[in-house]
Amino acid sequence: MKTVLLFAAVACLILGTGFLQSWNSALLILNMGLISAIMALGVNLQWGLAGLFNVGVMGFVALGGLAVVLVSMPPVSAAWAAGGGGILLGLVLGAATVAAAVLTWTRAAGRLRGWATAAVLLVGLAIYRMVLDPAVEAVEAVDPALAGYLGGLGLPVLLAWPVGGLLAAGAAWIIGKTALGLRSDYLAIATLGIAEIIIAILKNEDWMARGVKNVIGLPRPVPYEVDLQNDPAFVERASGFGLDATTASTLYVKLEYGVLFAIVLIVLLVLAQLALKSPWGRMMRAIRDNETAARAMGKDVTARHLQVFILGSAICGIAGAMMTTLDGQLTPGSYQPLRYTFLIWVMVIVGGSGNNLGAVLGGFLIWFLWVQVEPMGQIVMTAITAGMADGSALKEHLLDSVQHMRLLTMGVILLLVLRLNPRGLLPEK
Amino acid sequence: MDLLNGFVALANFVLIPAIAYGSQLALGALGVTLIYGILRFSNFAHGDTMAIGTMFAVLVTWGLQSVGVTLGPFPTALLAIPFGIAGATALVLLTDKYVYKFYRAQKAKPVILVIVSMGVMFIYNGLTRIIIGPDDYRFADGERFVISARTFRDMTGLEEGLALRTTQVITVVTAIAVVAALFWFLNKTRTGKSMRAFSDNEDLALLSGINPERVVLVTWLIVASLATVAGVLYGLDKSFKAFTYFQLLLPIFAAAIVGGLGNPLGAIAGGFVIAFSEVGVTYAWKKVLGYMMPAGLEPDGLMQILSTEYKFAVSFVILVIVLLFRPTGLFRGKAL
Repeated sequence: MKTVLLFAAVACLILGTGFLQSWNSALLILNMGLISAIMALGVNLQWGLAGLFNVGVMGFVALGGLAVVLVSMPPVSAAWAAGGGGILLGLVLGAATVAAAVLTWTRAAGRLRGWATAAVLLVGLAIYRMVLDPAVEAVEAVDPALAGYLGGLGLPVLLAWPVGGLLAAGAAWIIGKTALGLRSDYLAIATLGIAEIIIAILKNEDWMARGVKNVIGLPRPVPYEVDLQNDPAFVERASGFGLDATTASTLYVKLEYGVLFAIVLIVLLVLAQLALKSPWGRMMRAIRDNETAARAMGKDVTARHLQVFILGSAICGIAGAMMTTLDGQLTPGSYQPLRYTFLIWVMVIVGGSGNNLGAVLGGFLIWFLWVQVEPMGQIVMTAITAGMADGSALKEHLLDSVQHMRLLTMGVILLLVLRLNPRGLLPEK
Repeated sequence: MDLLNGFVALANFVLIPAIAYGSQLALGALGVTLIYGILRFSNFAHGDTMAIGTMFAVLVTWGLQSVGVTLGPFPTALLAIPFGIAGATALVLLTDKYVYKFYRAQKAKPVILVIVSMGVMFIYNGLTRIIIGPDDYRFADGERFVISARTFRDMTGLEEGLALRTTQVITVVTAIAVVAALFWFLNKTRTGKSMRAFSDNEDLALLSGINPERVVLVTWLIVASLATVAGVLYGLDKSFKAFTYFQLLLPIFAAAIVGGLGNPLGAIAGGFVIAFSEVGVTYAWKKVLGYMMPAGLEPDGLMQILSTEYKFAVSFVILVIVLLFRPTGLFRGKAL
């Protein structure tokens, strides 16, 4: 009952935005809210169900975004001819080096083991750089203003969503193999670090996704506004609703995105609920609540942790791919940990960790606040500064600082919820 | 082969910057490690505590500069450090009273305190951006160099110059003074000893009549001072930007964990390990090797292992290696 009421309240907030501000911004909030809810679902799986402290959400979201470029952009054939083979060979050599080093470390014995491993790594890395560097230079020299990267596979963009999940899952496997089993705050620092590294790679490896030059004009799964406006049938239907063609087309496109996102959210939510109620879910909660007891019962705690870490990260990757599809561009410079990692955590904590519906609710609610705090702060600040002389430095400074209010507000909300209602709006049953 | 020029180039581009950066990281890591030892949680808000202390110092520096107070060849910011410390202390004590104390009384799990510190991080971050703004600010003044590259070349007749910036000297001198004072305090004074006892065994310390609230209060005081000093030194060396300070969280935590969380000596060692590896791995060694290697063996390429944008990767890789092979850190952690 409480669940229904709270969801209805959030729906009212979004509808209210539609009536009071514009339907365009209401749909924008709804779409990003759907994506945020999916991210929160992923984090909730890790934290709420298994108690894993992952603060590298941003990295998995960014990998999802990368998947969109790699899957959907048309390949740049000149770049492939210039250095595609070299890059692929280099990457294979790099992976082989790491594998060889791991093998040397595990197979070799005796005092020379460390030196042998180091030697393998050093030689391997030197060869890797010798193969990769010229190829990268050649690729980045191909039409740098427009391309300068290998491009993607030219496949339908919807395919990028599951691929984004797979990419994030792969990264999660590597991190999980090394960092899981460490104490929770060590895992936190490790994931924080890996997220920064993923962003650094996206920013600097221009041959992959153009780095900070951004990839724009990603293919869309929905029609373009211009095509709709030129379609007489659509214009006629729009005027039937009393809308002009431009407004109708933007609303229609956003609605279609919303429907696609909602389908993904519902599928994932149903799966997450089934998992929560299954014997597997009970086992995960048993491990979370008492690791030692679960281990004594013969549960493989490390393997289960790895499993749930990969699943949760994959969900974040899917959400990241959806977000990049919605934006229509990949901009590595725009990924910031406060927005893509810690905000998701606020969503999960406020919504109720351990409860999937709570995480979804938190995703919508916190995203709504994140967007709306700025206009609200604007109104408050204008009221406060109304008495001050126009053009005074303090007044301008206060009005400028409104955009930073949202960070402060999120912090206050998180602390209030943790203090007054630590189990969240919809507590775990 | 020209060893002298090679060594000067090495000192100029690697040793001096790494020592200065390492001192800043060590001061930051000391704060993290003290909180971990006494309050028993990883404080995610530490980078932003540094930012807020530095912000107060920057504002006071600007005020002093505008009324014409300067320190001659030294940066005015040194005068402003006490004000920065006062501001940061007031803020963390308020935070402790209204936020952390509640969870301490409840004996909440450490991970809950980490999440609480995430909330504090948001608030500090927002405050810094509201009060001073999100941009890059410079506040260093005074003499820029102790020795500039040109003077050094004229003095010694060497091909390579050795630039020694005032901020670098001040950083190292201040860091040594602060660390010496801290260790004297922890080892010689009654309060310091009670802090160590509290960190070692909380129950035993309580039984022997140590007042836990006083220990916590002193800890926050020291942490705020360390954070402000570290932040001002970093800001003088580079510049002040809220987001950069937030990002320092990763190398600082890496330093504290590599050294052994909870161990002050380890924090200092960890700071230098991280700093030297970051600078060493991202520096293009062509010049130094060109001097050092025998004729005919000079490298052709830049000899740069990773580009500078990957410096976070370095802290991370060292962190992972230490965690995998020596999980308690270089020095045994968890005790002051």
